[in-house]
Amino acid sequence: MTDKAKRKAYWKENIRYVLILLAIWFLVSYGAGIMFKDALDEIKIGGFKLGFWFAQQGSMYVFVILIFVYVRLMNKLDKKYGFDE
Amino acid sequence: MALMNNSLILQEALSVQNWTYILVGITFAIYIGIAIWSRASSTKEFYVAGGGVSPLANGMATAADWMSAASFISMAGIISFAGYDGAVYLMGWTGGYVLLALLLAPYLRKFGKFTVPDFIGDRYYSKTARIVAVFCALIVSFTYVAGQMRGVGIVFSRFLEVEINTGVIIGMLIVLFYAVLGGMKGITYTQVAQYCVLIFAFMVPAIFISIQMTGNPIPQLGFGSELADGSGTYLLDKLDGLNTELGFAEYTDGSKSLIDVLAITLALMVGTAGLPHVIVRFFTVKRVKDARKSAGIALLLIVILYSTAPAVAVFARTNMIETVSNKAYTDVPEWFKKWESTGLITFADKNNDGIIQYVADASKNELVIDNDIMVLANPEIARLPNWVIALVAAGGLAAALSTAAGLLLVISASVSHDLIKKIIKPSISEKGELIAARLSAVGAVCVAGYFGIHPPGFVAAVVALAFGLAAASFFPAIVLGIFYKRMNKEGAIAGMIVGIVAMLLYMIKYKMGWFDDVVPDKSEWWYGISPEGFGTVAMLLNFMVSITIMKFTKAPPKEVQEIVENIRIPSGAGDASKH
Repeated sequence: MTDKAKRKAYWKENIRYVLILLAIWFLVSYGAGIMFKDALDEIKIGGFKLGFWFAQQGSMYVFVILIFVYVRLMNKLDKKYGFDE
Repeated sequence: MALMNNSLILQEALSVQNWTYILVGITFAIYIGIAIWSRASSTKEFYVAGGGVSPLANGMATAADWMSAASFISMAGIISFAGYDGAVYLMGWTGGYVLLALLLAPYLRKFGKFTVPDFIGDRYYSKTARIVAVFCALIVSFTYVAGQMRGVGIVFSRFLEVEINTGVIIGMLIVLFYAVLGGMKGITYTQVAQYCVLIFAFMVPAIFISIQMTGNPIPQLGFGSELADGSGTYLLDKLDGLNTELGFAEYTDGSKSLIDVLAITLALMVGTAGLPHVIVRFFTVKRVKDARKSAGIALLLIVILYSTAPAVAVFARTNMIETVSNKAYTDVPEWFKKWESTGLITFADKNNDGIIQYVADASKNELVIDNDIMVLANPEIARLPNWVIALVAAGGLAAALSTAAGLLLVISASVSHDLIKKIIKPSISEKGELIAARLSAVGAVCVAGYFGIHPPGFVAAVVALAFGLAAASFFPAIVLGIFYKRMNKEGAIAGMIVGIVAMLLYMIKYKMGWFDDVVPDKSEWWYGISPEGFGTVAMLLNFMVSITIMKFTKAPPKEVQEIVENIRIPSGAGDASKH
């Protein structure tokens, strides 16, 4: 692969990861925590109504996980294309 | 008997105060020690701590930088009054880090300069763009820092019983000392220490209270557990019940409109990702992969506090209602009277029955409680040991000082680097620039202190504006600069100006009411979007204007397109000093 093609392929894969992770980011916060909050509140886990829990706890935990998943994916991708340091 | 009571109270008060002096004294000594150890000797050390900070240290520093007096002192209280609606702050102020880690931090680190206007100026090959960016950075940072200085003053006055203004001056001197001496290097390592202090100070009371109320030592689980009194009732159900009984909305249910909740959350997320004092922290690490990793560590460390805050909110509100609601005023505990004297709790016996009525109906409600009480007085309400009460003061100061220092650095770098070095006098020597940087830090501390002592009436309104401004200006310009190679200076400049102006106009009209002499009613908001949420609309406007103007103007020069190609690839990040 030429350097230019390599860069292009690397960027394309990166964009794909970003879009997938941002879709999850959107779903847990704006979806579960806000738009579908009332429906999810019908489900109770312990003392928490599920929609309320996503809004005040769950979405934050997912955010942390998303960043670390991205770190792992990108470290692998950097290696695959030889762009790591 | 009365005499004995008095002397007992005196003794207790004295020992909380002694504890406060001891804890605040120790932490201040640590900050000063670090400042002396980490003096900056070059502009690179002053602006980006030499560029060799480890991801863990940078994550801790970012977390302390980010969590201000508002996060530490006010947030849990705001949530405890807002219930579910408080989630806009929790999600808004953490979700922005996902955007930072995925869309901004790695690329800005690869770009490898000193400031945010550096990126805007170079990427958009234009002095105008740089000046617009400097202007935004200064407004955002100054509004923010004034609030921090005030926070320092308030903590001093409440816990150490000095004048608020004396407190502001003591805070100014401490920040001056380590920001001017150490620059980013000094700030980074003091922030690491400040993170430890503030997280310890926040968690200890929360854990104590969680055990007291639910028997569960983990507050995040505790507030979803059953009460420890053996009744078998869930704490949240009980609070929902108490709220309804007093005429409030159910705690786990909101009262804001759906569109406004969406708009505010997005504005806060995007604003967080666009704040210059947060972005600049990612210039201090060695490699691109470190920038990603430290964003993750920073968010993890922030979420420790942010996921505890809603638990504290529930504990504090339940405790507060149970302790004072429908109780005789003569029987209230000592903390009630103490905080009453600070004006943060006010009781007016409207029906003269000597009993405290705390209800949603404003005409019958007799008790007004400031947001800040929920964290500041929580340990006292729960009858925790004196040293825990004192710890809160040290934690509040750590939170306020660390954020103030980070903001002051952005201000001084904007002046000495972006204005003096890049625009007014490019021939300035390294040594001269370092002196200019230190002098502008001194100037910035003085201005911030002035605003702390004489807070303009609109400060509270303007702090919310800082997020809207950052969302409306920096975020689209940076994201387009990285992800859209064809984006040119005409588009970016027009977008930033339209975004900021739209945000300013909406705020001035609907938050400050300067156009109509009164603040217009909620019902006049566009589509029910509050000024706090308007950052989202202004950001979208920026994107649309940028892209439209770009379509009709010529593509950026080849060198600039190469810069974009280059920042997308992590290898060869090199030193931040490369100019």
